[in-house]
Amino acid sequence: MKPYIFLFIASIVWMGCSKDETPNFQENKLAPLSIEFDNIVGNMNLQLNTGEYTNSSGEKFSLSLLQYYISNIEVQKADGSIYTVPQDSSYFLIKEADPLTRFAKVKVPEGEYTSLRFVLGVDSLRSTMDISRRTGVLAPGGGMDDGMYWGWNSGYIFFKMEGLSSAAPVDPSGQHKFRYHIGGFGGYSAPTINNIKTITIDLRAGGVAKVRTGRESNVHLMIDIAKFFDHTTKVSIANNPTVMFSTYSTLVANNFFGMFRHDHTEN
Amino acid sequence: MKKAILIITCIALLASCSKEVVDKMFSFTQPANFPVATYHFNTNEITKAKFELGRKLFYEPRLSRDNTVSCGTCHIQSAGFTHHGHDVSHGIDDRLGSRNSPPIMNLAWRTSFFWDGGVFDLDLQPVAPIINPVEMDETMDNVLAKLRAHPTYPSLFEQAFGTKDINEERFLKSLSQFMVMLVSDQSKYDQVKRHEGATFTASEQAGYELFLQHCNTCHREPLFTDESFRNNGIGIGPNNDEGRYLVTLNPADRYKFKVPSLRNLSYTAPYMHDGRFLNLQGVLEHYANGVKEVAGLDPLLEHGIPLTPAAQQQLIDFLKTLNDESFIKNPLFAEQ
Repeated sequence: MKPYIFLFIASIVWMGCSKDETPNFQENKLAPLSIEFDNIVGNMNLQLNTGEYTNSSGEKFSLSLLQYYISNIEVQKADGSIYTVPQDSSYFLIKEADPLTRFAKVKVPEGEYTSLRFVLGVDSLRSTMDISRRTGVLAPGGGMDDGMYWGWNSGYIFFKMEGLSSAAPVDPSGQHKFRYHIGGFGGYSAPTINNIKTITIDLRAGGVAKVRTGRESNVHLMIDIAKFFDHTTKVSIANNPTVMFSTYSTLVANNFFGMFRHDHTEN
Repeated sequence: MKKAILIITCIALLASCSKEVVDKMFSFTQPANFPVATYHFNTNEITKAKFELGRKLFYEPRLSRDNTVSCGTCHIQSAGFTHHGHDVSHGIDDRLGSRNSPPIMNLAWRTSFFWDGGVFDLDLQPVAPIINPVEMDETMDNVLAKLRAHPTYPSLFEQAFGTKDINEERFLKSLSQFMVMLVSDQSKYDQVKRHEGATFTASEQAGYELFLQHCNTCHREPLFTDESFRNNGIGIGPNNDEGRYLVTLNPADRYKFKVPSLRNLSYTAPYMHDGRFLNLQGVLEHYANGVKEVAGLDPLLEHGIPLTPAAQQQLIDFLKTLNDESFIKNPLFAEQ
């Protein structure tokens, strides 16, 4: 009996909440908000193939591929009220090699937003939906190289990064290549790893987003790959040149929380 | 003038009707002795045009990088849609896979796909062989590009979906249409169970009773699998394939594989996930005397399955009643 009572109370509370939220937003007055994903490595701008970087393990590396999903974007006002972008319009694949994908552009009600929340990856519900609900960037369109989908183990690769490093052992193709393909939505019929990470960004220090019609507020984020290699776990290329669907990937995915930083907002 | 309009209207109605009637007549038939199919027909209703498009795609080598390998390459109808005679399949450039090609039949009742169950929706299944470097080594984008540039596919998609626009969803759902229609339910066993006039011989009947006693828990009739993943004590193969563990990362799932159906066994040798047993005698000999006491061995097999040679023969006689010759010869399922 108890769980039902809890659910009942929870649903009342939830209903109460959502009722309170509505008047804060004029959903018929939507205006553009842009979120810019500017990939960097430490103090340097990220340049695919040509840039040379060193991680905290002292390993020199370059990057040949970097792409990741951003989804389920929410914005929050100073009073705590939250607006969730309609989910069908809230999936983005950021590809370092394609400058056009650098911005996640959404529409939110006019207003001032003090924080921002999004998922790095693809939520589990969408990961199990009918193929008709996985269009655009969610269509399993790529192949082994640039694809963001595991065909053999149905699910999206949330974050894919590859590059060269003398610290990596020679692979069958003769290259000193490292490969990080991080995904895992928790499993469909049996529970398994869940690397879906919700990132929250406080905009107050770097500048709140003032969203209004006729303007495009742009929240400029820096995504620091140096933190991928060292935040809560120090990831060494020599020790872990390939991380894909494995329990170790959950440690790597926790480093995602350190990668995102708000630089400034252009209103 | 009025008459002419009436006649034209009638013809138009008739034309639209007849197309619907044809499509209605062509549908998924639920076998009387099977449980209700679990495939989501509500999001992919069977039509003749979609099925025929799916069939053409199934036999389409353009799905592979160099246009040499189709689904039908490793799933041959006469072999119960397996790669008969191959322990593991060879795909593009004769690259070898790591597992035995499973039969494509009665997929409308499957809840997961592949030996490790890594795919949970039939619509998503074809992506795996297409992008696998040792199978078709292609990208989905390239496959769609090839189909769009093809002289007939755009119009076939238009007939099936009302639009020439070829996308992932329509491509994958067509393939699913063909695959879910591959229903094998005309074996002697089915005819006995449905009281259609067939009867088991004494040996088949004895084998059936042995089956119910020793095999039916995992190879549950009438589909002859309970869809579970189990370690049947064959021991670790040379490539150390960890099976279901690769999907769940649960240590308890190490070396477990999907319980395969026993239907059409005569056409689908060799057996097991790595095709190590060449014939049914080898399989039964394993269960009778060869089960290895490995970590994670299914508790039901702790003592193997005590079967005398005579009992093994009866069991094989019964298993042969699961062969469905009309299925492997049905022209509807063949490359046209």
